[in-house]
Amino acid sequence: MTARVITVTSGKGGVGKTTTTANLAAALASLEQRVVAIDADIGLRNLDLVMGVENRIVYDLVDVVEKRCKLRQAMIKHKRYPELYLIPAAQTRDKTAVSPAQMIEVVRELKPDFDFILIDSPAGIERGFRNAVAGADEVLIVTNPEVSAVRDADRIVGLIEAGERKIPMRLIVNRVKPDMVRKGEMLSIDDVVDILSLSPIGVVPDDEAILIGSNRGELLNGRAGEAYRNIARRLLGEQVPFMNLEANSGFLSRIARLFGGSGGS
Amino acid sequence: MSVLDNAITIKGIKEGLLLTIRPEGDWAEVSTQLIARLDQQAEFFKGARVALDVADRPVRQHELESLFAQLTKRNLTLWAVVSQSDTTNSAAHHLKLETSLVPQHEQMEAVEIDSQESGTSGILIDHTLRNGRTIRNAGNVTVIGDVNPGAEIVAGGNVIVWGKLRGRVHAGADGNEAAVICALDLMPTQLRIAGYISISPDDKRRKPHPEMASVRQGRIVAEVWNA
Repeated sequence: MTARVITVTSGKGGVGKTTTTANLAAALASLEQRVVAIDADIGLRNLDLVMGVENRIVYDLVDVVEKRCKLRQAMIKHKRYPELYLIPAAQTRDKTAVSPAQMIEVVRELKPDFDFILIDSPAGIERGFRNAVAGADEVLIVTNPEVSAVRDADRIVGLIEAGERKIPMRLIVNRVKPDMVRKGEMLSIDDVVDILSLSPIGVVPDDEAILIGSNRGELLNGRAGEAYRNIARRLLGEQVPFMNLEANSGFLSRIARLFGGSGGS
Repeated sequence: MSVLDNAITIKGIKEGLLLTIRPEGDWAEVSTQLIARLDQQAEFFKGARVALDVADRPVRQHELESLFAQLTKRNLTLWAVVSQSDTTNSAAHHLKLETSLVPQHEQMEAVEIDSQESGTSGILIDHTLRNGRTIRNAGNVTVIGDVNPGAEIVAGGNVIVWGKLRGRVHAGADGNEAAVICALDLMPTQLRIAGYISISPDDKRRKPHPEMASVRQGRIVAEVWNA
């Protein structure tokens, strides 16, 4: 048994990589998977905050690669899920503190003991991103339905495609506001998929619960949480239909219900 | 209709205009008639390269010079006079005009039928060019896939995109104004052909359709390509 190494990346910052990594890790753990999340954003660590384990950090990823501790010592166990661990990033160093080869080595050491290794990539296209994808078996590209996020995602996909290894990529469209899409103020999922030519593994609605969740270090309930759980199930090979983001909201769904009703009578 | 109406025919050929004057009639009269015909459609003929076919009519040097001047005044360039008359040929030589529509070197070569086209060189990209990727080639560039916003192609020759063209393309980058850019959907960030630059009209409601862009009269124009 060997773990699947999945890197979560986006190019642009602030699209929800860390939120996605934390929620997918928790969702997979809740499905009885053994999961370790690695924060590759050295110097700007956040994953520990979102997962609510900041105060228990003793050693970090840089301590591991510089052999100041054993790998196990840097792994922080999640309170709620016994099979979920975090390897935090160092806060006082920068991306050059770790090399792609060292990342591959860390991942190789973790693989036999887990089902999933999730790597939270930093924004950008430089060393930190290279570290994060170095050991990846799969990549999840997180983007928002806005032009600049999609443009940066396209850049990242191009860089990964140009690499020596063929790494399968799938798309997560995050922060979708159905109302705005309907009014044409936001790109639609189709627009995003059309530009990136990647198959989406999940569409996550914009949800105020995310803000509350990441401030408390709690994992999500609500519609965004449900979307992440669906993505986790899809990663495990389940066929889960995409959520109807229009449900209970506004004009279109009323029309749909109207037609549904008249068809039945 | 006078006899002279049939004495002159004006035809478009690959090299420009071909004016054919039948050997009957007085030269002064036909040449006046010819100028009158050209003046009727002056706008249409303006700037054309003109070849003259006078069959076996002898045209003297001063007669040809006079016609040459009149054509030049109308912004028409007389470059060849075709005739079986030695007088006419010698007049043409004096004015340094060609006496055949076929270039010299092609006449000299033995005509050999070769069905093999030599073609041109270039490269084929068999995938979508994403943001940040760039292709530079001195020949033609063909992409099977899209050219996304932020991607760039610089080609010495033509650029063909079998997909959506959304990025930046420079065709004929070393100054070839005859280069073309084709795409199944032509909505580039910016197009350049040789030294000309253009951007796409801002029309979000358009339907994708194949187009070919080329330089016409000093600007880049895109035309719908209908199969």
